[in-house]
Amino acid sequence: MAEIQQQEQAKGGKKKPKKGDAHVDMTPMVDLMSLLITFFMLTAAFSKPKVMEIVLPEKLKKDEIVEPPKIAESRTLNIILGPEDKVYWYPGKADPAVTVLQETDFSSTGIRQVLLDRNRALFRKIDQFEKDVIAGVIDIRQDSLRSAISQLKKDDDTGPIVLIKAYKTSKYRNFVDIIDEMSIVGIARYTFTDISWIEENLVNAALGIAPVTASGSAQ
Amino acid sequence: MPKIKLGTKSPRIDMTPMVDLFTLLLTFFILTATFRPQEVAPVDTPFSVSEKPMMDANVMTVLIAKDNRIFFNVDNGPDTILKFRPKVLAEMGKRYNIEFTDDELRKFERNGASFGVAIQDMKAYLAARDSDERAALEKGIPIDSADNQLALWILFARQVNPSVQTMIKGDADTDFPIVREVLDILQEKNVNRFNLITNLRGAGEIVVTEETTE
Repeated sequence: MAEIQQQEQAKGGKKKPKKGDAHVDMTPMVDLMSLLITFFMLTAAFSKPKVMEIVLPEKLKKDEIVEPPKIAESRTLNIILGPEDKVYWYPGKADPAVTVLQETDFSSTGIRQVLLDRNRALFRKIDQFEKDVIAGVIDIRQDSLRSAISQLKKDDDTGPIVLIKAYKTSKYRNFVDIIDEMSIVGIARYTFTDISWIEENLVNAALGIAPVTASGSAQ
Repeated sequence: MPKIKLGTKSPRIDMTPMVDLFTLLLTFFILTATFRPQEVAPVDTPFSVSEKPMMDANVMTVLIAKDNRIFFNVDNGPDTILKFRPKVLAEMGKRYNIEFTDDELRKFERNGASFGVAIQDMKAYLAARDSDERAALEKGIPIDSADNQLALWILFARQVNPSVQTMIKGDADTDFPIVREVLDILQEKNVNRFNLITNLRGAGEIVVTEETTE
């Protein structure tokens, strides 16, 4: 130990270190680093896509025969996704003689208004509940909030039962949009079903296409 | 009163601690950044109000491009030691009597991108030297009922990794019937829960009109 110190002293004595400023200018390095940090922070924050979860009813096996669930006709609302972002809807059951398709769109005054008018009671209930949670009137943990809302939806018996059908030239975007509307308005019950030939003809009529005969479609 | 004399020291600031801190931050962000492989087909996902972030692991993705080609991807799970990808490919090869060498399996594992090739072209795809050669082979995974390879990919992905979740990444302008077909194939394999990959947007205005007397 002592030897080494001595050696160093001896060395120091021979070569005198320069007295000049040994500072390295680090500004360009800092510049570069802040640039890189900004880049990585931004890409980390914005690269994450979102997902929308949907659950479809289970498919029946070929030899399985299950009575289709009975639903009140007065509560059903049929929505047909049409071409060019059009949406058609009609309440109740399809009857080629009586049913008239209403045309609307995906704007906030379009299909959303139709759904809101029918789902007002439940929408208010969920809205009030969420406001109470934010205001602190109801004390609930974040993870049980969703289950509380889904319980509200489950208990609801006035809102519409929405059947969503897609016309053959509709786009994937429309499908996502309509599920979106369901979650915005808080529809408790909705499902996807295949479009029937009656409805297809109704859309064809609305578009001005000659109707297809029933024999062509499997029904 | 005498003026206070300022020292003649240079006004240099010592930036070493700052550099230290920046290096630390930079290292952190570089290490946490996940580099996704380049997408094979450009897909503009539709917009939705959903705020659920995408999961990082245990994911299989069915990608539907604008030209109705179908791609598939399955990840390695949270742990790269598990090696789901080569296992799925090996199972798939067994079904079609195609023997994949260890080298090919490793190549398939390292290339984390989605693929849209028929299993018959997989060997050529893995041997391809550049992206142009690969792109020529990507005609989409066959889904017709005579040779439904997508259904088999889904089946084996779920066999190898039972906790895998299904993602559907479709282009906003894809025709809905093709999406419906994919959904049907998934449902035949008992997948009823899907995650649609979307971009976030606001809900817009919600106007609750006054109740009409009913």
